[in-house]
Amino acid sequence: MSGERRNVYMVSGGVTKFAKATPNMDFRLRVKKAFDYAMNDINADLSMIDGSVASYFSDHFQRQLMSGIMVQDYLGLTPKPSKRIEGGGATGGLAFQTGYEEIASGRMDTCVVYGFETMSHVNTWKGNEFIALASDTNFDYPVGGFYTGYYAMMAVRHMYEFGTTVEQLAQVSVKNHGNAIYNPYSQSPMKLTVEDVRNSPMVSYPLTRLDICTMSDGAAVAILASEEKAFELTDHPILIKGIGTGTDSMRLSDRPFGKVPLLPNEKESDYRNLKYPGVHSFRAGRTAAKEAYEMAGITDPLKEIDAVELHDAYTSSEIQTYEDLGFCKYGEGGQFVEEGKADINGEVAVNFSGGLLASGHPVGATGIMQAVFMFWQLQRSIKKHFGNDKLQLTNPKRGLIHSHAGTGTYVTVTVMEAVR
Amino acid sequence: MTINPNAKMPESQQGTEIYNFDPLIVKYHYEIDYIHSYAQDSEFFKALGQKKLLGSKCKKCGYVYATPRAHCMMCGAETEWYELPKEGRIHSFTTCYFGSEEFLPETPFHLVLVEFDGVNSLFLGRLIGADTEDLYIGMPIRAKFRRNLKISPTDVYFVPTEEAGKKK
Repeated sequence: MSGERRNVYMVSGGVTKFAKATPNMDFRLRVKKAFDYAMNDINADLSMIDGSVASYFSDHFQRQLMSGIMVQDYLGLTPKPSKRIEGGGATGGLAFQTGYEEIASGRMDTCVVYGFETMSHVNTWKGNEFIALASDTNFDYPVGGFYTGYYAMMAVRHMYEFGTTVEQLAQVSVKNHGNAIYNPYSQSPMKLTVEDVRNSPMVSYPLTRLDICTMSDGAAVAILASEEKAFELTDHPILIKGIGTGTDSMRLSDRPFGKVPLLPNEKESDYRNLKYPGVHSFRAGRTAAKEAYEMAGITDPLKEIDAVELHDAYTSSEIQTYEDLGFCKYGEGGQFVEEGKADINGEVAVNFSGGLLASGHPVGATGIMQAVFMFWQLQRSIKKHFGNDKLQLTNPKRGLIHSHAGTGTYVTVTVMEAVR
Repeated sequence: MTINPNAKMPESQQGTEIYNFDPLIVKYHYEIDYIHSYAQDSEFFKALGQKKLLGSKCKKCGYVYATPRAHCMMCGAETEWYELPKEGRIHSFTTCYFGSEEFLPETPFHLVLVEFDGVNSLFLGRLIGADTEDLYIGMPIRAKFRRNLKISPTDVYFVPTEEAGKKK
């Protein structure tokens, strides 16, 4: 599938502190703050930037069309090329990969990917309504109208197929909120127990308030560059080693019951009786992982990947995603978290930043935020940016970021690698 | 030609609701009517009024959908309408205690993904007539239809069959 591509590196990043509402800044100023942080970190000026990609999900939240150009203009990047990318919850991951493509194709030598969302203009339940408009408005919105409900049905089926427990779901929440305590950018750092999670208000059975991410205001910026430019701009660029994208049907009801697309570390006999993906798994996530692993030459993901930032809008989706990414077999995701394999000191540090559950989920910024946290992790500069090194792995070589839209309709996987 | 240096904008009694002064936060209202066509899916909604649940079957590869879709996802060919059985089983379920603003007054409500014999895909609906603790995967359920249509997929809903309470 792949033709000739240039190597692409991430050279800098910046994130605003995510919060429920930050009315003292609008989306332009928020992006500007993250942008200046990223630019200052490599002493870059505007003349060094060839173009940009704007990442934001909803036009409803701000009731402002063409927000992208308003950011481009505010940052002083006009008249350089830019475009807006949108794909629900995966908007950030898709935009990051679009930035990659701008460089890999040779069109640009440097590209800024900026993401933002301002969700505080409406109340939480109106916000949920806007988000639910990203489900089929003829058939799904009028019946459910609530994304947590859709994911809850997937979780119930995962529990039925594989014996996953609500306590295992809760352990994801405990882990991610706990990691966030050391991330000064996070929205909801919390020391929790499994009981706390189970005792918080039920939103959609079996998902409680603490199984679900919050709404946020926030912005994040990643600067990408070609090989030649990357090493001019910084001594520690991070290579984008592989990208993959998958899709699936808009309606959960239309998902097929077929065979598992296998990763190199799996065989057909592993899944003799499993109908796939049904509504228990994300075929788009598996498809994205397969493409990214092939490009990055990864054959044993658990051994070859040190850190992961994945789309845990719900605790259940983190467990489902371990399986899509091949860190364990389908059905073993619950045990994977229970046995501590996803802990910061486990076999692969999953959502060391706190993930969406605890860092926040300002949709268009989220996928870029993951890239920034992973960039700092692989650069071993967590201490510089977080003010403490609790979340810094000793010698991380390879990281994976994973961005995901409504019930797994668009999913992106990007593999990043430390080169020195 | 009009040149009037004394021109004055008319004043009104309509003001703006202020939420906060620093920063200045105001409230405004937004409302709109949509003229929405169900287009190629229209037959499905019309059939609900005749107490029929229509799915689609691919004319070429024979794949059977429990949902309306005019073209097949598997092979791209045209599909034809066919009537789904009235009885099916719960493939998965949840109870929503919160929801979007529009549906918040209806909470709590159950959502079910329904599987039908001989059909390759599922159907999303609401279920009434059972408590959360009564629901289980495989539970036999039956489609019922509203008498006064809302021209919405909620014109069909599901209830447990007589047998539903017997086995678990």
